[in-house]
Amino acid sequence: MESRSLTLTLGPSADRRRPLALTPGEDLVGFISSHVGRAVLFLITATSVLAVLLILLFVILRSVPFLRDFGVGEFLTSRLWRPTADEPVFGALTLIVGSLYVSIAALLFAVPVGILAAVFLSDIVSWKIRNVAKPVVEILAAIPSVAYGFFAVLVLAPWMQRRFGFSTGTNALNASIILAVMALPTIISVAEDAISALGRELREASYSLGATRLETMVKVVIPAAHSGIIAAVVLGMMRAIGETMVVWMASGNATQIPHPWWDLSQSIRTMTATIAGEMGEAPEGMPHRSALFAVGVVLLLMTFMLNIVSEYFLSRAKKAAGKS
Amino acid sequence: MQKMLISALLFGLLLGGSVQAQTLQIDGSTTVGPIADAFAEYFKRVHPDLDITVKKTGSGDGAAALVDGRCDIATMSRFMKDKEFKDAVANGVYPVAHVVAMDGVCVVVHPSNPVGALTKAQIRDIYAGKIANWSQVGGPSMPIVVISRDTSSGTYETFDELVMAKQPMGSGVEYVNANPQAHARVKTTSGAIGYVGIGFVDREVKAIKVDQVAPSRQTIASGVYPVARPLFLFTNGYPKLGSMVHKFCAFYLTEKGQELVEAKGFVPLTAY
Repeated sequence: MESRSLTLTLGPSADRRRPLALTPGEDLVGFISSHVGRAVLFLITATSVLAVLLILLFVILRSVPFLRDFGVGEFLTSRLWRPTADEPVFGALTLIVGSLYVSIAALLFAVPVGILAAVFLSDIVSWKIRNVAKPVVEILAAIPSVAYGFFAVLVLAPWMQRRFGFSTGTNALNASIILAVMALPTIISVAEDAISALGRELREASYSLGATRLETMVKVVIPAAHSGIIAAVVLGMMRAIGETMVVWMASGNATQIPHPWWDLSQSIRTMTATIAGEMGEAPEGMPHRSALFAVGVVLLLMTFMLNIVSEYFLSRAKKAAGKS
Repeated sequence: MQKMLISALLFGLLLGGSVQAQTLQIDGSTTVGPIADAFAEYFKRVHPDLDITVKKTGSGDGAAALVDGRCDIATMSRFMKDKEFKDAVANGVYPVAHVVAMDGVCVVVHPSNPVGALTKAQIRDIYAGKIANWSQVGGPSMPIVVISRDTSSGTYETFDELVMAKQPMGSGVEYVNANPQAHARVKTTSGAIGYVGIGFVDREVKAIKVDQVAPSRQTIASGVYPVARPLFLFTNGYPKLGSMVHKFCAFYLTEKGQELVEAKGFVPLTAY
């Protein structure tokens, strides 16, 4: 493609000796309004950043009394969470492990299904069907989490007890399955966007070298979109970790780490359910309330780290898509 | 000029006075809250210009509000603690307790469970995690699934005080956040044991005897059933006869009041 330079055609009376931009002296109103406009827009943008920073600051400040009086060591290592006992013990280890259990187990279910669904939607199925299926998948994300929670307690738990003979149906497995269904729309949507953005050339080149459809998908397309897929997985994990209502209803809320560590059929408790369940009763000024804020700090730190990781991979995916 | 001022002042007092006489502030327990709500709704129908506010923030908060003079009636699911009483008297508030209903916490199991009676000590050991299998208390060999209400609940407080005797609950105890949820869990899990208010016991769960006493309206009202507690309304001194506060506090004695108490799942005090 030959490049054409942009030539500005000025009229016959134009003064070619002056630069096009007007100085402040010549156009004071324009100068002031453009700078004021920029400042106003900057403030508006800064408000959203400030809001996030202030939330983090508020939660950290509210947790300081507890951390100062009780120390971080017991908080992070003790398995006992007994805030209302006469001698309260605030050990968040079971809560942190519980959150990690359900999130990781949810990802184990959701990631294979999500990536394969994304590949199916972008490569295998026709354009018409994809344009119908993708919005339908995104509707799954709009179902309120309370509805999922009711389903988990009233339908999934008894079914699990009957089918697998578990002694209790509200356990880590139940919560993981529901969280996987909730994380799926996010994973499918973002992964599908990343895979579609690769463009036809990559796939055509692979086919022209004699690769089969399977080889193209597994060895060319998915590795090429790996940044976007990792970003999708991390976003799905953020959804799973932050989910409150579902785990409050479906996980059983027992403050324990499952006894053989791989036994997901036992009840566990997550950080989010603890904060939601106990914040209402913890009186102002007591260490219990401060301890709940400390749990909130741990949760916020985990989500922020995941957010940074996903931002990194998303930017790499955008760069890769921009280059091709 | 003076006549105008005096009449304006009287008019203002009348307005202010009439507004004051028509508000009722009620604060306190989340357990007694529903009873206060039901009474308030009935009162608003009978006295349409009466403005009743019912807040449910906890028995402790209700006591504090009464001490500070921020509420007319404090609903509490327990008696006032020493310190609360002393603070009240120091502030010139003389708390008078009115018992409006009895609350019974029933221990329930799945209907297929043959166990029909347990002692308080056995229930305590089950909830503390020391007894883990139904075979240890005379049932089939099945692991016990222990269900409890979460710590913000008044039902939990009653159970904790009267059955657990402040012993900590075991780490495998599952927590649910409402009576209907506890009922749903026990209904669907054959190895489950849980506790619900007497209003939630129906054919789908089996209420067991505690220390050989079956929970029923009579045993709870008379206090024979071990896990029963009175629900209180506290006022500053005995309310002035004929005032709205007095009518509210004596409403539970009427037949309509007893019906409302029973409709909310509590045990009325009289056999109306």
